[in-house]
Amino acid sequence: MSFVEYGDTIKDGDTAIVFLGHESMFPVKVQHGTVTQTKYGVIRHSTDLIGKKYGSKVTCSKGGWVFILHPTPELWTMNLPHRTQILYSTDISIITMMLELRPGSIVCESGTGSGSLSHALIRTVAPTGHLYTVEFHQQRAEKAQEEFREHGVEHLVTVTNQDVCKNGFGVSNIADAVFLDIPSPWEAIGHAKSALKAEGGRICSFSPCIEQVQRTCLAMEEYGFTEINTLEILLRVYNVRTISLQIPDLGKAAEDNSSAGFDSSNPSNQGSLCSNLQQGTVQFKSGVPLREMVGHTGYLTFATKS
Amino acid sequence: VFKAVPVLRRRKIIFEKQWFYLDNAIGHIYGTTFEVTNGGNLQPKQEVEETTTETKEAGTDNRNIVDDGKSQKLTHDDIKALKDKGIKGQEIVQQLIENSTTFRDKTEFAQDKYIKKKKKKYEAVITIVKPSTRILSTMYYAREPGKINHLRYDTLAQMLTLGNIRAGNKMIVMETCSGLVLGAVMERMGGYGSIIQMYPGGGPVRAATSCFGFPKPFFDNLHEFPLSKVHSLLSGTFSTESLPSDPEDNALVEEESNGLTEEKQTSLQETEEEPATEAAMEMTQTEEQETMDINAEDAEFKQNREKENVREKQIKQFERRKKLMETAALLREKNADGLIVASKFHPTPLLLSLLEFVAPSRPFVVYCQYKEPLLECYTKLRERGGVINLKLSETWLRNYQILPDRSHPKLTMSGGGGYLLSGITVVLDKGKSDSSNSEALKMEEPSPKRCKVRDLHC
Repeated sequence: MSFVEYGDTIKDGDTAIVFLGHESMFPVKVQHGTVTQTKYGVIRHSTDLIGKKYGSKVTCSKGGWVFILHPTPELWTMNLPHRTQILYSTDISIITMMLELRPGSIVCESGTGSGSLSHALIRTVAPTGHLYTVEFHQQRAEKAQEEFREHGVEHLVTVTNQDVCKNGFGVSNIADAVFLDIPSPWEAIGHAKSALKAEGGRICSFSPCIEQVQRTCLAMEEYGFTEINTLEILLRVYNVRTISLQIPDLGKAAEDNSSAGFDSSNPSNQGSLCSNLQQGTVQFKSGVPLREMVGHTGYLTFATKS
Repeated sequence: VFKAVPVLRRRKIIFEKQWFYLDNAIGHIYGTTFEVTNGGNLQPKQEVEETTTETKEAGTDNRNIVDDGKSQKLTHDDIKALKDKGIKGQEIVQQLIENSTTFRDKTEFAQDKYIKKKKKKYEAVITIVKPSTRILSTMYYAREPGKINHLRYDTLAQMLTLGNIRAGNKMIVMETCSGLVLGAVMERMGGYGSIIQMYPGGGPVRAATSCFGFPKPFFDNLHEFPLSKVHSLLSGTFSTESLPSDPEDNALVEEESNGLTEEKQTSLQETEEEPATEAAMEMTQTEEQETMDINAEDAEFKQNREKENVREKQIKQFERRKKLMETAALLREKNADGLIVASKFHPTPLLLSLLEFVAPSRPFVVYCQYKEPLLECYTKLRERGGVINLKLSETWLRNYQILPDRSHPKLTMSGGGGYLLSGITVVLDKGKSDSSNSEALKMEEPSPKRCKVRDLHC
């Protein structure tokens, strides 16, 4: 496996995702002789994992089973050890598209944080592109470097431990895109501009607060960025459920006509959606929004250098 | 506002009630802004240092501003006369401001807004930008949402990410979005790996794909396979012999198989007719067609030509069949790295069949303009098994105006950009007592989980 290439079978040293069921999963590092505990029992790496196909069902000692999945940046995002707040796939998607990233792109990022976005960027720019990521927190920078090595993407990324607002990205005139997720992005706009290619490129800044956006936009304008655009993207997830609603008793029930009367106004051959089952209730499939959803992650400000 | 056009010499482009030739734009870098002059010529616009309108006089509120319809001293005819004289838009705006009696009483913000509005109307500038998924998907959503099944650009972005689209993949794409989704996938794969496009009818539609201006090698590993042959391929009765027996289908296929370059040409012309975008790109043309037309005049050649035509047709048919066999072989391996569906068809049957071609532990994403078909699809996939982490989702997109002391969400936002159903394939156990005894047959989920899942779905 590698985060930038699919492999068929699980090998020693791989990072695999153990899928326990409904939104419950965790990453494991596959190693000969190691065991992993799950609530369904023990997984023995040597016999249960190594040599098996990704996507297979693995039976644990207590008789329960799990699926072993090939790692992707998206699964990693859901399972990585948090060292900071991270960006989730919804924001990452729009960032990747709006920065026009593709194989071969050179990207600058700061801060590296927990590497959630980094993995997605590397996936997209591989095999010929490169990511220059800057993290001013030494321990986080080292940890990220270690992860990139473990994930087989070391050759596609350079981690630099310095302050981007003071020292920039350590490169100039080579980037197609710059991404900023730092507390004071306006202080790094100048460095971002010089990191971008002379013929231009795209920039994105992620900020949770509108005041940050305000200052960033002013800085972008000052440095001659064009096409400045701020947006926000929200994900709505729906649970698929079969709902049954009772038909109220309006006193007509005597002749047992109530359900028939209802049928006629609501043809039961609608198929999937509306299947009238028992008397007195109507069943239908519905996509029910989650009781709570993420209401705000951050504002994304995009601009072009040309 | 965007419009995609191929750059050609001496060709008139109509865009937003303006017409011009692109000749002068050649040789400039992408992102250059041009002004339209009288003769339809373009000239690059220099960065104008906005010498702020001399005396910065402004009112504080609008209590004394009365709408009597007489604040503008210039009449319609005056303005028209100015325009006819070929006066620069900038000057017209200046004149309008000077002749507005209320302008000075307006607040600073209102003045700003006034100038912006007038500029938009009188200062026609166009910027020529390089095509990309960002530009093209925004353009299609704004101009022709019907052609892409109302797939909003942020939804497309989700699809590319959820589908883990990247260089080296072997993807299956089924779309009826004018080739926009295909183009987006191609951009993300950068010519590495392969794509199999499943198409309904006579051939794949790639009008939007051609707008990307992909280099030719990108098309080398782009395969297509007729949707109508999927069933026979799955049941093992597929053969290319069945192809020519369907003459009408074949004729269409013929036309299409003339080579991608030619198709590109025609579809580019199509897109040109669709109104409005700034995106332009170089066009690669082949002389293939011209050489074919040359000998048409000569009567003697006619017979020969017909013969040749027949021969050519046969060759093409042969090639076509060969390609089809190759694609069928690729599909038969059943090891695709992902499936992307975005079509006007009901997603359930598509998914149930096409997932057969996908390897385990790979993502798939289905787009639908409506939620209900995806609800059914979700249920059917659960019944089928072989998939996990099913998720039905939708994204909301909100744009903001960010100006000093005037920041707020844009007044209008898009009502809907469609829905996505995504998931991951896993090994489908067909009761083969692989590692466990009765376990595999017993149930879809282990008992403690099963209860939970039941609760969720009842």
